[in-house]
Amino acid sequence: MVKIALIGAGKMGLSHLSILGAHPNVEIVGVCDTSKMVVQVLERYSGYKCFSDYQKMVEETHPDAVFVSVPTKYHYPMVKELLKRRINVFTEKPFCLNPEESIELAQLAKAAGVINQVGYHNKFVGTFREVKRLVKAGAIGEITHFQGEAYGPVVVKKKSETWRSDPTEGGGCLMDYASHVIDLINDIIAPIESCKGSILKSIYSKNVDDSVYALVGIESGVSGVISVNWSDETYRKMSTSVTIIGTEGKIESDANELKVYFKGDKFPKGYSKGWNVKYVTDLTDEVAFYLRGEEYSAQIDYFIKSVTGENSHDINTFDSAWKTDKSISLIKKQSSYV
Amino acid sequence: MERIIFGDNQFFAVNHISDEKSRAQSIKFKDDSAIIKTLDIAIASGINTFMCTTHDRIANICEIIRQDPEKYQDFKIYPCMPYAHKYANAVTELGIAGTLKQYVPGNFVSSLFKGGMAYVSKDFISIMELMVDAEMKMFKGINTPVIFLQNVITDLLLGLGMNEFLIGFANYVRQKYNAEPGFITMNLPKLLDVLEKGGITNPIICTSINKVNFRMSGGKEIYEKTLREGRCRVIAMQVLGGGAIPASEALEYVSNLPNIESILFGASSKQNIENTVETIKYHDQKNKERLITRYNEYEDQYASPVSAVN
Repeated sequence: MVKIALIGAGKMGLSHLSILGAHPNVEIVGVCDTSKMVVQVLERYSGYKCFSDYQKMVEETHPDAVFVSVPTKYHYPMVKELLKRRINVFTEKPFCLNPEESIELAQLAKAAGVINQVGYHNKFVGTFREVKRLVKAGAIGEITHFQGEAYGPVVVKKKSETWRSDPTEGGGCLMDYASHVIDLINDIIAPIESCKGSILKSIYSKNVDDSVYALVGIESGVSGVISVNWSDETYRKMSTSVTIIGTEGKIESDANELKVYFKGDKFPKGYSKGWNVKYVTDLTDEVAFYLRGEEYSAQIDYFIKSVTGENSHDINTFDSAWKTDKSISLIKKQSSYV
Repeated sequence: MERIIFGDNQFFAVNHISDEKSRAQSIKFKDDSAIIKTLDIAIASGINTFMCTTHDRIANICEIIRQDPEKYQDFKIYPCMPYAHKYANAVTELGIAGTLKQYVPGNFVSSLFKGGMAYVSKDFISIMELMVDAEMKMFKGINTPVIFLQNVITDLLLGLGMNEFLIGFANYVRQKYNAEPGFITMNLPKLLDVLEKGGITNPIICTSINKVNFRMSGGKEIYEKTLREGRCRVIAMQVLGGGAIPASEALEYVSNLPNIESILFGASSKQNIENTVETIKYHDQKNKERLITRYNEYEDQYASPVSAVN
């Protein structure tokens, strides 16, 4: 049994707890949260040992790994403390407020020799995994341009302030929403290393951006457009998509549907010339416990298997999340010149 | 429960395999009249049960139904609560405590927080009951013989081991609404074990059942085994595997499984609704004939000598 403790039982934390609670190889040894009410419910109905001080929790419960699902600004100090104690860490995205903090943690994790993972769950979505496989195999030739998009109804009116509306806590569309798209592009093609222009626009929020539009580049000369808006209520829930144009074809994919066009007679097994459509149902492995998308269960199972040494542990490492933080910071910096 | 139940995903742009199709649906069903028109087609095809989430727009539909009691005399609604996105968005905006304050009617939660008193366990069950009442308001005067807990909540509670809320929901729905409790889940075998342990025997469970293993946690085999054991009244949903299987093949598979009481499906066009109903009826008829043949063969082989002895 892998002994797990969790810090931060908010929306993502509860989702993680539920999936962890159903995992056959996990024992939840402690939960830490600042809300008295949440703690009482978890103690009374789930029977978890709860704490308000995460250091005390770690000292008392000796977990093999800790899940960190607190506002972004706390990731750095908490993860650093956990790494000092050589504890395996799963932390929510985005990783840190800036790439300086991220690289420090990535290096600390490497030095400590512990398993480290960040919750960019899109990498466990069947369609996006297949996009990566196709791109890495050169199936659509040389990549020339891409478009990464995400739209959804998070902030659709002027409303009360939470940590998500505070830039110093890691709020805003770029950090919270666009990070998913940037991380996907970084993984599927290569890390975004330049930004030629970007607009961070507030629509309803007072202090943070509600949309991000950026013209970006990758070292190899590939160009791309990032277009993300979390104030778009024409979407029922977050919709993330990538379009990748290559010399031999084109890929359009979201989390449900993958469309690939092959120009010529060279195409991978299972595909044909012209348009091909595949659905996530064909590309997804079943999970042992389903809560809100196979990818959420799959990323946790992957982390647990990394801790027990059953996989190569190379998805969503701190190192990859640091590169994403670097790309985010480029886009942010460029926007201040506008 | 009726053999065929009509669902509501198509009305609210829920499509598991295509964002494009979901956009088209949200355009098609922009007006409530389009929903009613489709419901009327379903009723004309012989379906009298509509299973729907407690989406704001369902309140309008309920109003239309209430205004025409004669036309909707035999019509039943199975409410499924809550409409999860409403709460998920609220939690992002207001936090968990703020969401409770917003959605639990009356001053119950505020006074809990203000008083700073230690909450006793009964309070949380009471909060849940108040939330059920809030969701049920829109169905006043409508026949709701089964009331469901949505899968995101069922499965969240299941994973958290908060079984008391699941049992509490069942008890409350029985007692207050004189209705059967139902549970939607993506984890049939695990949920059934928990409900049975909580004293709920032969529960109504709506769950993914399809030929391609889509959203059948733990795999098709364990689901088929659970079905054979006949420990629960199952409504099969997502029988098309999110659209990945041709309808006729999908319906044949699910129609031939044992102990599936009802099949839930949603469709937008008259043709799809009628085809689905006919296909299910066709397979049911074939199964019936097969049973009769088998019974007759049995009779021929064993029954006559026995009766001769008697």
